[in-house]
Amino acid sequence: MPQLNINGRSYEVDVEPDTPLLWAIREQVGLTGTKYGCGVAQCGACSVHLNGEVVRSCVMPVSAVKPSDKVVTIEGLSRDSSTRVQKAWVELDVPQCGYCQSGQIMAATALLAKKPKPTDKDIDEAMTNICRCGTYQRVRAAIHMAAGTGKGGGSVIHMGAGPTGDEKVAVVDEQSAGQA
Amino acid sequence: MSKKISGKAASKTTDKITNRIDNISRRRFIVGSAAAGSGLALGFSLPFGAAPASAQGAATEVNAWVMIKPDDSCVIRVARAEMGQGTHTGLAQLVAEELECDWKKVSIEQITPGDNLARKRVWRDMATGGSRGIRGSEDYVRQSGAAARIMLMQAAANEWNVPVGELTVSNGVISHAASGRKTSYGKVATAASKLTSPELKSIKLKNPREWKVAGKPMKRLDTADKVNGGKVFSIDLKLPGMLHAAIKDAPVFGSKVVSFDDSKIKGRRGVRGAMKVGDTAVAVVADSWWRAKTALDALPIVWDESANGKQSSAAIAAHLKEGLTSNDAFADTNNGDALTAIAGAAKKVEAVYSLPFLSHACMEPNNCTVKIGADKAEVWMPSQNAEASLAALSTASGVPLAQCEAYNHGLGGGFGRRGGTQDYVRQATLIAKQYPGTPVKLIWSREEDQAHDFYRPIAQCKLSAGLDSSGNLTGLHVRVSGQSINAWLAPHNIKDGKDRRQLQGFWPEPHDAQIGYTVPNMRIEYAMRNTHVPVGPWRGVNTNQNGIFLECFMDEVAKTAGKDPLEFRRALMKSHPKHLAVLNAAAEKGDWGKPLPKGVYRGIAQFMGYASYSAAVAEVSVSSKGEVKVHRMVLALNCGHAVNPATIAAQVEGSVAYGFDSLQSEMTVQDGRVSELNFHNYPIARLAQMPKIETVIVPTYDFWGGVGEPTICVTAPAVLNAIFAATGKPMHTLPLKHQGLTLI
Repeated sequence: MPQLNINGRSYEVDVEPDTPLLWAIREQVGLTGTKYGCGVAQCGACSVHLNGEVVRSCVMPVSAVKPSDKVVTIEGLSRDSSTRVQKAWVELDVPQCGYCQSGQIMAATALLAKKPKPTDKDIDEAMTNICRCGTYQRVRAAIHMAAGTGKGGGSVIHMGAGPTGDEKVAVVDEQSAGQA
Repeated sequence: MSKKISGKAASKTTDKITNRIDNISRRRFIVGSAAAGSGLALGFSLPFGAAPASAQGAATEVNAWVMIKPDDSCVIRVARAEMGQGTHTGLAQLVAEELECDWKKVSIEQITPGDNLARKRVWRDMATGGSRGIRGSEDYVRQSGAAARIMLMQAAANEWNVPVGELTVSNGVISHAASGRKTSYGKVATAASKLTSPELKSIKLKNPREWKVAGKPMKRLDTADKVNGGKVFSIDLKLPGMLHAAIKDAPVFGSKVVSFDDSKIKGRRGVRGAMKVGDTAVAVVADSWWRAKTALDALPIVWDESANGKQSSAAIAAHLKEGLTSNDAFADTNNGDALTAIAGAAKKVEAVYSLPFLSHACMEPNNCTVKIGADKAEVWMPSQNAEASLAALSTASGVPLAQCEAYNHGLGGGFGRRGGTQDYVRQATLIAKQYPGTPVKLIWSREEDQAHDFYRPIAQCKLSAGLDSSGNLTGLHVRVSGQSINAWLAPHNIKDGKDRRQLQGFWPEPHDAQIGYTVPNMRIEYAMRNTHVPVGPWRGVNTNQNGIFLECFMDEVAKTAGKDPLEFRRALMKSHPKHLAVLNAAAEKGDWGKPLPKGVYRGIAQFMGYASYSAAVAEVSVSSKGEVKVHRMVLALNCGHAVNPATIAAQVEGSVAYGFDSLQSEMTVQDGRVSELNFHNYPIARLAQMPKIETVIVPTYDFWGGVGEPTICVTAPAVLNAIFAATGKPMHTLPLKHQGLTLI
């Protein structure tokens, strides 16, 4: 039976060797934070870390994962949502529906491990995960926040005040928009 | 079931959970918790009294919407579905505002349709679509919050034997200044719950200008377990003994199963069997979804291709094109004599636009779990309309409604796909009927999800305009030819063969989706041209297509008139001050008319839908290789009342990403079936493609408008008008690849 090391624990999984790692994680190990989105490595909802590299587990057969390989899923990042990426995600209220966010967070975490101070271009290149709700602006901001590059601010909101809608539009700065 | 949403991360271990039936309370909790160590996700029905540690402390129901615990925490019930749009937090803000409770102690509980039915629909409509989540329930949820506050204060007044008018309340603490006494909601909740509720309609609600909780950019109440994998989506549910099903419906819409050869999958590990589901689909059931899915892939299935098997995108396009000039259209607007005015105009402009089918592509594919017991049927699902899910379960199972229950999980995307059309619940019910007493989870593959959507309808539009010698618009003729959503899903909504819904945004009457221009001679028509492809509401519905048609054409007309697109519009909008104010707000914050870097061009658009007014300015460049880059978008919205500006901004940003489908995606038909079955050929907007987005919220506090959908209708036209400005070429046929352009 294939053996997997997931979040520091060993599991024997009762699957055929060509079963994707994603389905072993979800159905055999029972960790469901890693999501099925497309099955063809397009969307990144299934992103996990394999020996520190972000991989799309929906196209990685279990047979390609050695028992000594270290797989980390979203559940393995922290016990209390305490990584800097998770904290930034909460701070900026990044998720909408939340379905893709495990994958987004795994990709962002891997990016910051390689590039502690990523540029916008670095983020463009690394963050190819699909978010159908369109949380991208806050994803970008949260990565900057986690990196401490001082480029926080998720949404930019200009809040008008007038009863007729044609009064002078006031500006709420982006920092205060996501907080209350 | 009740989904508990609180500020705590749902990662605590839930040890033993007893699954009992409580005859007194029909309330249930679903406990989804990634248990530390095993990572086991549990989904169990619990009687109310057996709630886990995180939900401990008996709550008192003051009224249907408000429950108070001894520790003063407030559980606010919600009926509408949460699919990321933030409605749950917004509704809680509205209740909390009138309740005067401590916002930091608020959590949310999702009611079930079974409970709603059993209590004579005390929570009213559960359907969540048409951007109605807030505007469709704001009055009764605010009244219920206020009623609970009145009862709680009366209970304190009774206890102290003082007139209630001498009491004040703040953050759930009731004070009597004269005697210096204080108490809190948690202490008087039981007494309050025994009082008679005031008549809801008699309650005077706060002036929204005095709001303290509503109207503020509060953080969402449902974020915590979305950052650690703890949130249990329907697709994540685990029940003891559960089986798993994969399904393939007829690739050609409307064709039927002739046969399948299950000898080819006999003996595969874990596979329980294959079965026909209805007339059109085949499912395989196994002990894991992956085994079910791979067995289904190996299962030979023969379908009767039917006459629909000859359909193609080209044939459908020709069918719609014929509708652009046919005699069967109806005119919804016919002011003056547009045809004569245009025929005799000094200058004429004419254009034909063509837009494809689009798919919803929710990130969580369609799925649900159904268990049919001896005297009870249950479904766990992602649904925009849990009551429709309940009805589908009852109908397909034959179990009476009163013995059915539906547990709605927060949806991994909805966008209109999972409302009235409960096809996946029906399928799962038919499959689960074959396994009485055993829960069966059906998951659609992404390919199945793409192949069996209710797509955004295909549409074409012919527009003609006449200008006088000064460049004033004197006549406008709009002919929409396309597929009707009502004809597919709700034919009863079509009166005398006239389907006004397809002209959403062109309507003359105010308040919902009114055209923002006054033209002396105007004729707006719709010719229904249906196809065999299922269609349904898709975020923004017909405002998507109609917004592109009208707003892109306005730029063509403005150019012919030799006028600035903004000034040309303003001249036509004097009788539409709210439309105009939003356009002006977008233009101002979008720096309309100000200098731009070389090679960058602006486009502008305005439109109305879902009782809200929207406008956008886009900054775009087009490279010599045809690469379109959207650098910045400024979107303005007047949604009447802005319950949570931070959520509104998130929705506006999301509408840009979703609206980009109009620019780069299409579902095409070949041999009667759709061709784009996954994200390799159905592109979805990625982070790198997104512009910097700014949200301009200009509420006028005199109506309640929607938020989730309105701004999508100006996203594509603003970008397309900027491309028109950059290239001089109007974008008549989408997606952009048909213009030799690529969105980067």
